[in-house]
Amino acid sequence: MTRTVRSPAAEILSALATVMDPELDQPVTELGFVRSVAIDDDGVEVHLRLPTSFCAPNFAYLMVADAYDALTGVPDAGRVRVLLDDHHDSDKINTGTAAALGYVGTFGVEARDSLDELRRTFQRKAHLAAMERCCRSVLVGGVWTIEELPLLELFDLPEGALKSALMRRREAIGLPTHSHALVMVDHDGNPVAKSDVALWLRLAATTRVSIEGNAHFCRGLLATRYADTDPAGAASGFAPVITDSRSQS
Amino acid sequence: MYEKDGEKYYVVDAHVHIWDGRESNHKNVHGKQFIDCFYDYHKNLSPEEAVWDYDTYAYYGAERFMKDLFGEGHVDHAIFQATLLGDFYQNGFGQTEEAFGLTRQHPDKLTYNHAYDPRNGEAGLAQLRRDAERMNLKGVKLYTAEWHGDSRGYTLDEPWSRRYLEECLELGIRNIHVHKGPTIRPLDRDAFDVADIDKVATDYLDLNFIVEHVGLPRLEDFCWIATQEPNVYGGLAVAMPFIHARPRYFAQIIGELLYWIGEDRILFGSDYALWTPKWLVEKFVDFQFPGDMPEYPAITPEQKKKILGLNAAALYDLDVPRQFRLPAAASPGAGV
Repeated sequence: MTRTVRSPAAEILSALATVMDPELDQPVTELGFVRSVAIDDDGVEVHLRLPTSFCAPNFAYLMVADAYDALTGVPDAGRVRVLLDDHHDSDKINTGTAAALGYVGTFGVEARDSLDELRRTFQRKAHLAAMERCCRSVLVGGVWTIEELPLLELFDLPEGALKSALMRRREAIGLPTHSHALVMVDHDGNPVAKSDVALWLRLAATTRVSIEGNAHFCRGLLATRYADTDPAGAASGFAPVITDSRSQS
Repeated sequence: MYEKDGEKYYVVDAHVHIWDGRESNHKNVHGKQFIDCFYDYHKNLSPEEAVWDYDTYAYYGAERFMKDLFGEGHVDHAIFQATLLGDFYQNGFGQTEEAFGLTRQHPDKLTYNHAYDPRNGEAGLAQLRRDAERMNLKGVKLYTAEWHGDSRGYTLDEPWSRRYLEECLELGIRNIHVHKGPTIRPLDRDAFDVADIDKVATDYLDLNFIVEHVGLPRLEDFCWIATQEPNVYGGLAVAMPFIHARPRYFAQIIGELLYWIGEDRILFGSDYALWTPKWLVEKFVDFQFPGDMPEYPAITPEQKKKILGLNAAALYDLDVPRQFRLPAAASPGAGV
């Protein structure tokens, strides 16, 4: 077996694929939010875009800052620039991120608190939705019943996309990921009582519906917004435009 | 009114506007960004034949409004919801005097809901009293995430907000419509957070709190609090048009709402001119859950009648003609 050496562009894209829209719980690369990636001898410049110029600036800031952090972690990336296009706070966010001012530093008197709590809220929701998807799949399989779900362990979940998504969400909020950890726990790790399971699953399902619906809508809105000004993007499903002018080493 | 398959529907559009998003009214670039964003919503979710050109969309005026609602849109009564946005537009976005004037011409067809901001303190309270008298207000529309001087938004349970709510009780303003969502650059506050509704709904049981856009994009938070508070309602503005562009998502929204808050507390709204009521009403009357969503019981014509009009008629004491009432309803307009 030969080891594949990935191109700089592939490294950059896979770093960007770790950046999630906090509300939609999907990578920015899949949502069409990455407009372009330009790599040259000095470094990399990435342009992000959003479905409306009124997307909440706190979420916009999180994505730009996360993209910046993800790219600076790529070996040999060089100088990293992340720019947000067409947002009503583009200038502020771009300047603040470039100078590593942090959220409060970027918005100055306009912001009071850091965004850690907001981010945690959405990581918890993402966990709840991922947990519901796993529980639903084992219920549909017919091997488990609702009454038995409080006993379900990570070990019992079939390997696959649903389980690995759940594992990532658990890691993000600090829940154990060992094989005998219970699946049905709240965001502090407390097991869900048997009498609460049905209600808990129902609320988790509503959370999933909400997150999935928003992601659909944002994707559609981005397509509407950029259909006229970016016909090439529309034709490619709004994949990022990649240019690599780095001299071969 | 709308009639299909022998069923008669009394239609109340509980969320409409007359706005002016033309360049001549822009105060700054945000005025342009705001109407552009609305136009993208309109284009993205409307059926092709219901898409307007941009200039018409920016300003359509009273005549077009009357035609689209009462001429072609099956609407019996509509409720204006104020959207002032004074920081973006010279003369405001929603056209207060034009809408209020139209309401005076057609009191049987139109209700005008105005806005207040509790951060205006005593002066704002005095203004609210004058507005309530002049406009005969039965409802108000609030934007808790709006900026105001140094303030980046407020919560409904703050002391000044409570004074305004108490004044509403005094003035007979029973219906508090709350827009939870982005308005003017919501930074600190999570602009969608509905926790404050939970608190005031418990404390003011004689007020009705209508959460516009059913709390989208946080449907689950809205459902959770609405389940526990009998005087919390969900307005379907912005949720409705998904019925065409994303029918499965619409089915899930309606299914979740029916499960959590039930058929008596959901209100139809087109958010005109974001979308036109004609196709929304027709598609909703035809709507049924897809076969592969057995988790949702079939929706009945009675439920649709309540959602399309009878629930809002009850909140606003509208006199619903006998042939549109449900058999069990004894009092006029009562949908329950």
